[in-house]
Amino acid sequence: MLKLLPLIPLFPLVSSILLMVTLGKMPRRVVAILGAGSVGLAAVVTVLVGLTFMASGQPHHQVLWTWMRVGDFSPDIAFYLDGLTLVMMSVITGVGFLIHLFSTEFMEDDVSFSRYFAYLNMFVFAMLILVMADNLLLLYLGWEGVGACSYLLIGFWYQDPANGAAARKAFVVTRIGDAAMAMGLFLLLTELGTLDIQPLTEVAKSKWQVGDTLPLIACLLLLGGAVGKSAQLPLHTWLPDAMAGPTPVSALIHAATMVTAGVYLIARTHELFLLAPIAMLVVAFVGLITSLMAAFTALNQHDIKRILAYSTISQIGYMFLALGVGAWAAGIFHLVTHAFFKALLFLAAGAVIHCLHHEHNIFNMGGLRTRLPVVFWSFLIGSAALAALPLTSGFFSKDMILLQAYKLPGAGPWLWVGGLLGALLTAIYSFRLVFVVFFGEAKMEPDKLPGIRMALPLSVLCALSIVGGWFALPLSSVFPATGDHHPSHLVEGISIAIPLIGLAIAYLIFLGGQLNVEGLVNSSGGQRLKKFWFSGWAIDWLYDQLWVRPYKFLALILKRECVDDIYNTIVSFSQFLFMALSHTQTGRLRWYATSMVFGLILVIALLQGVIR
Amino acid sequence: MDGVSIPLDHVLLLSALLFICGLLGLMMRRNIIFILVSLEVMLNSSAVAFVAAGARWGQADGQIVFMLILAVAAAEVAVGLGLVLQIQRRFKSLDMDDANRMRG
Amino acid sequence: MLELVLFYMASTIALVSTILALTRANATHALIYLILSLLAVAVIFYLIGAPFAAALEVVIYAGAIMVLFIFVIMMLNLGEKGDRREKQLLKPQVWIVPVIFALVLLVELVLVLSQSEPATTQGLVTAKQVGLTLFGPYVIAVEIASMLLLAGLVGAYHLGRRYLEEGREAKATRDKGHQISQEGVR
Repeated sequence: MLKLLPLIPLFPLVSSILLMVTLGKMPRRVVAILGAGSVGLAAVVTVLVGLTFMASGQPHHQVLWTWMRVGDFSPDIAFYLDGLTLVMMSVITGVGFLIHLFSTEFMEDDVSFSRYFAYLNMFVFAMLILVMADNLLLLYLGWEGVGACSYLLIGFWYQDPANGAAARKAFVVTRIGDAAMAMGLFLLLTELGTLDIQPLTEVAKSKWQVGDTLPLIACLLLLGGAVGKSAQLPLHTWLPDAMAGPTPVSALIHAATMVTAGVYLIARTHELFLLAPIAMLVVAFVGLITSLMAAFTALNQHDIKRILAYSTISQIGYMFLALGVGAWAAGIFHLVTHAFFKALLFLAAGAVIHCLHHEHNIFNMGGLRTRLPVVFWSFLIGSAALAALPLTSGFFSKDMILLQAYKLPGAGPWLWVGGLLGALLTAIYSFRLVFVVFFGEAKMEPDKLPGIRMALPLSVLCALSIVGGWFALPLSSVFPATGDHHPSHLVEGISIAIPLIGLAIAYLIFLGGQLNVEGLVNSSGGQRLKKFWFSGWAIDWLYDQLWVRPYKFLALILKRECVDDIYNTIVSFSQFLFMALSHTQTGRLRWYATSMVFGLILVIALLQGVIR
Repeated sequence: MDGVSIPLDHVLLLSALLFICGLLGLMMRRNIIFILVSLEVMLNSSAVAFVAAGARWGQADGQIVFMLILAVAAAEVAVGLGLVLQIQRRFKSLDMDDANRMRG
Repeated sequence: MLELVLFYMASTIALVSTILALTRANATHALIYLILSLLAVAVIFYLIGAPFAAALEVVIYAGAIMVLFIFVIMMLNLGEKGDRREKQLLKPQVWIVPVIFALVLLVELVLVLSQSEPATTQGLVTAKQVGLTLFGPYVIAVEIASMLLLAGLVGAYHLGRRYLEEGREAKATRDKGHQISQEGVR
């Protein structure tokens, strides 16, 4: 049964190629069946493979063929299946299938129906390659593949130049991260001689001590790549703009799968990170700071998708925080639960947008609770999970992270406090969204209701968001054990209470109206703070000043073709000589005579000098 | 005279001085006539040098070259003065600075 | 001894009259001074033992060539106006640079001359010797010189002819050509 492993990425690949070749010529039903069905089949095979694997409990290694042979270096096209891979694959194919199903209704009015599914299937294929890869080079192939598909899908409605600009921004920013990651791969290859992940970690552990500089540099470079792909602090600016793509794309790529690739990378190479404690601390702080920044920004947005985008950045920050304190399993757990509830939220937002003929501003919506009940319940459950209200899946995963963070010696309690602040803000902004959109008086009436193909995925994801936290993931064989944690009841109690406090605050401000912050917000300081947070802490402006303007300035200077100037200098010099010499031809006899005398003087002097 | 010894370098010095004077005149004067006169002075000075050289060795060769120089001077003056006449007709003046149409 | 003194006197006269010749405004005056210079040079030739050269200097150089000069100048008929114009043109800034160059050149020539060993003239070279040498080894020079003089003669005749005969067609063609060349310049 495990031999069926290659079929999992094969189904979406074949479907994608088929759709690309027959672009627009097949009827919509066929395209939908092909597009969603291929991922569904992959999900089924994943389940089968997973059952077999969990029965045997041994990691499975399958080599397809040798990719290239360069000197000593011969990476293979090979898959490696262990608990981590299985978890990721399940998320990708499972949530992916639900999103594909949703898309068949969401995109039914769109002209480029088959192009959409071709891209989406290609994306699933690349993501599967990424998580199933046996060596870092194949992983990088998947990495680049998802980046390319992300670009194609963000700029899906390319007729609007703004979408193309957003897609380019995403690609360029992640490219910076990819370059750092490539340098990390080069470093690992030259130092350790191999890029196969399991042998790599063996060699690293034998060759490097904990706290050496080389693993620190390699890990920081890999972190650079992860930061780009997962939209964390320096390279997060692309994700909010990526909301220009269709909403199911945002759900799949920018919530559940691609942005988690960075988390997966760090988890996969966790042995290396264990050799560089400073790198882990950096990971934790990057995660924490990003999380807080994004949470503040989400609080000020009014576009429904942008709120969710900043929320994604914030939640991935939590995952990085988990990885940074060594809570690998907790981080992956949060990845899974986040995939569930964030996909749910995005799909529900997509349903809202679809039914309200493409309205995005939450302050133009209201009272949808009675008009779109399915969507309302989806949003409610998803926001509850996001805010980590008790007994939702999000609660279990976030709780695990915060407790593990608290236990870390040194900076642990600070990280815990920061995490709590983030949790508070998360609760506030997520319920702000719910209260503004679904309660209050209706400003717009929906013109259609979601059909079964939208409602079914939403329901399934609702269920998963609730029960998904009750099951343990098969990660014990992958990660080192983190030890029993029995924190004091005070700590646990605070962790539970904070989201509820956030919910209460959101209720008081946005629904009940008892807490009036209008005065605070409308003051001049408040307005400036609001604008600052709205723009994402002005990072876009900062990058524009730091990088874009000097680059454009340099390009403008170089437009003059500086190299040509060297040749032009030669030309103008010889022209200058020509003008100078032509002035000696005055046509006057006396001048010529004088110059002859001058020459005579020179010649005699030279002769005297020579002879002497 | 019988060969009373006159120091040769003094004669050559005289020749040099006359040549310099001729050059000065050539560089200074704008009138074509004076330019031709300067040329004559220069030719004359080289004639002095030749004759002195011949006298130093007591040979006739110096004087023969002197005669050739004389022939050259004569021919040159004849043609030169013809040109002066033409210039006078065309430019209506004898100023050589007016005849600068060959400038670059 | 006497010859030495005479030599220096003649040299001085030659130099001074040459300088005077070149700094006059009136062309005729200049030519007269030049004739004087040539006569002084002839004296010098005589003193160094080259009487034939001296005779030739007087007869041909001073007597024919300078006279030809004088004739042409008188034909040009420059007059008082020409004198005034010449005076105008001889300003100091005109001759500063040439004088400097000339002085430098003089210094160089003196340096060159001072390198040779001291020598003196030796004896008399008679006309007979000159004649024998001329029609002996140098006879070809005679032939070439005569061809040169023929060329000079033809050239002078051709160049001067148009000045003398003002043929109507010649004048018309000449003036038309002048007109065209003036337009070309503009």
